[in-house]
Amino acid sequence: MPVESPLHSRTAPLCTSYRWKEWAGRYAVCSYQTSAESEYLALRHACGLLDVSPLFKYEIRGPDAAALLSWVWTRDVTRLAEGSVAYGCWCDERGKVVDDGTVCRLGPDRYRMTAAEPTFRWLARQARGFDAEVTDESASVAALALQGPSSRAVLTELCGEETAGLGFFRAAHARSGSLELEVTRTGYTGDLGYELWISADRAVELWDAVVAAGRDHGLVPAGLDALDITRIEAGFLLAGVDYVGARDALIPSLTSSPFELDLGWAVHLERGPFVGRDALVREAREGSPETLVGLVADWEAIEEVHERYGLPPSLPTQAWREPVPVYADGRQVGRATSGTWSPTLKQNLALATVDTARAAVGTRLELEATVAFERHTVPVTVVERPFFDPPRKKGRAGADEGEGS
Amino acid sequence: MASPYDAIVVGGGHNGLVCAAYLARAGRRVLVLERRAVLGGAAVSEEVFPGFTFSVCSYVVSLLRPWILRDLELSRHGLRILPLDCSFSPLPDGRSLARWGDPERTRREIAAFSPADAEVYPEYGRTMMQMGRMVKPLIDAEAPRPTSLHPAHLLEILGHGRRLNALPRHLRTRFLQMMTMSAADFLDLWFESDVLKAPMSVSGIIGTYQGVRSPGTAYVLLHHYMGEIDGAFRAWGFAQGGTGAVSLAIAAAAREAGCEIRTEAAVERVVVRGGTARGVVLSDGEELHARAVVSGVDPRLTFLGLVGAEHLPDDLCSRMRRFKLRGSSGKVNLALDHLPEFTSRPGIGPHMRGDVAIAPSIDYLERAFDDAKYGEPSRRPYINMVIPSLSDPTVAPPGKHVMSCFVQYAPYHVNGGPQTWPERREAFGDTVLETLEEHMPGLTAAVLHRQVLTPWDLEQEFGLSEGNIFHGELSLDQLAFLRPAPGWAHYRTPLAGLWMCASGTHPGGGLMGAPGALAARAMLAEGSL
Ligand SMILES: Cc1cc2nc3c(=O)[nH]c(=O)nc-3n(C[C@H](O)[C@H](O)[C@H](O)COP(=O)(O)OP(=O)(O)OC[C@H]3O[C@@H](n4cnc5c(N)ncnc54)[C@H](O)[C@@H]3O)c2cc1C
Repeated sequence: MPVESPLHSRTAPLCTSYRWKEWAGRYAVCSYQTSAESEYLALRHACGLLDVSPLFKYEIRGPDAAALLSWVWTRDVTRLAEGSVAYGCWCDERGKVVDDGTVCRLGPDRYRMTAAEPTFRWLARQARGFDAEVTDESASVAALALQGPSSRAVLTELCGEETAGLGFFRAAHARSGSLELEVTRTGYTGDLGYELWISADRAVELWDAVVAAGRDHGLVPAGLDALDITRIEAGFLLAGVDYVGARDALIPSLTSSPFELDLGWAVHLERGPFVGRDALVREAREGSPETLVGLVADWEAIEEVHERYGLPPSLPTQAWREPVPVYADGRQVGRATSGTWSPTLKQNLALATVDTARAAVGTRLELEATVAFERHTVPVTVVERPFFDPPRKKGRAGADEGEGS
Repeated sequence: MASPYDAIVVGGGHNGLVCAAYLARAGRRVLVLERRAVLGGAAVSEEVFPGFTFSVCSYVVSLLRPWILRDLELSRHGLRILPLDCSFSPLPDGRSLARWGDPERTRREIAAFSPADAEVYPEYGRTMMQMGRMVKPLIDAEAPRPTSLHPAHLLEILGHGRRLNALPRHLRTRFLQMMTMSAADFLDLWFESDVLKAPMSVSGIIGTYQGVRSPGTAYVLLHHYMGEIDGAFRAWGFAQGGTGAVSLAIAAAAREAGCEIRTEAAVERVVVRGGTARGVVLSDGEELHARAVVSGVDPRLTFLGLVGAEHLPDDLCSRMRRFKLRGSSGKVNLALDHLPEFTSRPGIGPHMRGDVAIAPSIDYLERAFDDAKYGEPSRRPYINMVIPSLSDPTVAPPGKHVMSCFVQYAPYHVNGGPQTWPERREAFGDTVLETLEEHMPGLTAAVLHRQVLTPWDLEQEFGLSEGNIFHGELSLDQLAFLRPAPGWAHYRTPLAGLWMCASGTHPGGGLMGAPGALAARAMLAEGSL
């Protein structure tokens, strides 16, 4: 049975839908309202506030902290400047991805790493021989995600302009009244946004302060359903959904390498040894059998299939995550692992893993679709990810906050 | 002399822009001429008061055709639609009714007034949707040609007939009833509660000089449900940045395709030589030539204003003189310092994020029409109000709000003549605020700025003849192959080289884009361009 998040006393009364799910052993809100639509809209047009405390969080401290992380991660974390954040993944000895997350350099020898799965033992085991101490902060540190175009205005009211002026993937200590917190310009929505990290015992005060600061900026508490739509629009992977972590895979064919997840950019091979390096060097040379891609479905085809039954095209109101076969020339060439209707782009999007030979942008494939209990396929096209990438995501304060076109 | 343009589009309303975008994407050299300094016509956003962006006229996007959205890649060109989830009706007795996207919630709300209605409500929705599906192909294609014997046209009509025949018998009956009944009578077939029927009936009278008890108004209810069919697309909503954002996204698509757009370029008249439209003359005397002229203004202004009766057949001219424009609506846009609450449902809640109808009963609505029937603005008008700043922070400074009030009836032909409207303007604005104040005390005190648009203003400023918001009433005698005139319902005109592409043509008014797109299609199909 899950336990409560440190913010439960605030989220529970707001969750009038009673729609909860388990996330990392905690109760997490799916959507506060029956439909997640208004929460999604807030994330894209104003700002949403999410309790992301269930994330697994580890503090790595000590003279060898960077070396330890660089040994575990596929990225060279020693290059990470103080006050910066990096996204990446870590692999097992076979070069298969165990999990993905972020690492933030909070001080000269102090880092915070997030993970989707419990990773303390994994880190502690790797830490042998390094002068670094790993602390599990998962329960002691709470996290709030403040995401959306007006999040900067809210943060300005909360912590002042300097904090709100934080650059993309940068981190800073901040103060709001008597509250001490860390702010990172990160998030899972692919939009302008921040994550606020604070000692769990003061999390409720921070929530209240954020809500007050957000009152005139359209701030809406948002749940995981809305987040799921935005993360797919942003083209972000979800561990356990879009790939199976190497430790959870019962058979090798279920695992994925970073290259197969299109995370090759986060693999730094030109350096000393790290977990999985040999296998990754080999794969970099020989190529990867599969590749993760973004798909967009042909709307006309969807409409046409429905029309055959005299049905109006129905669209999922929620993101889906039951794997669906992807075909080419009548043969299965992969699987779509999650997808959503994008209310912003007005397109049906999916993340899929397909044969590398079918992964080039512009490739036409077929996605299985069930209409009136019968199986069909609809044409889909491989497109660039992120599907949705507004300039404000990385934009500077004062610059044009719009999306551009 | 060879002209640099294949087509000149008169008017940068959304339909003119859609037409231009399709023509430009087909490789044609197109020039759009807009009289005002901003694009969009009735679909326009303007910062009328510093920091506040008003959707000056049109305020919700409902029937924008999804295929146009896709063809022109309007999402890529920045169009964002924020769906509405609620229709709220406050009542003078302190009760209120809200209809939500969530069917259970709606059922509970309606049941408070009538348990029977609560049960019938989804059934009604399904029926309308089925009938809407039958009619929908009509709005996505050229109007049928009932008098043509061309096999293609016969097949087309057969198609529509077949769809009607394919409906179960009870639906066919309903459909025929709907074609002739009044909105109020038609709803009486289903519902007992006035509180429910009143806000539902108003979609039958928007933009017409008729009451909810006038026969023929039921059909227009269906238009609402055609929007529902695209419901999955969630295109019923606010455009981020105001309704003008729709026009600007279309303009961006047109420009990307090479279209040239000029603002503050008022067309004085169409140049006609040898029975053919050759170009236009601007108000400053500049003459521009093109192989085709496409009118994006309403039919009366097109034929009697820009072309001139001397170039046209008499029957068309007299039809244009009789064409029912007779505007009946006005608009009041407010910049608010803060947002007052409704007495009937306190709190700044989700019920304020959708559209709010001041339509407490059928009698109230009919009385509003009674005033108008005899040449006066309604003493207590129907008001459709939205507060887009609750969903879209870009349209007002933090904590402040914009409120947009669509008001009916404000008859163009007011006693004393339409030109007396400027003297009545502020009184009209006061009536609207007084009406709203009854539901939302403190509203008047919260107003920082108000913009009042009477039908006269809609004509003078936006070029809408008689202030008609749809370029002609959407009544059955002015729809499909009768819009704007029998024989000229396919974007062509009696003048070679002159086309029409705006709301006065099939399938009609509203922020649909269909007339513009279908006109472009017809022009390209003809092959002379
Ligand atoms: C107050 C109001 C509220 C409305 N609310 C809604 C709503 O909520 N939802 C909805 O779907 N529809 C609504 N409508 C209807 C909808 O806005 C119109 O049907 C639609 O915008 C008309 O588009 P159009 O392109 O056909 O014509 P218009 O928008 O009328 O465009 C005509 C253009 O031509 C220009 N023009 C005129 N004369 C000349 C000239 N001589 N030379 C050059 N240019 C000229 C005008 O300035 C204008 O830009 C509303 C309309 C009004 C007026």
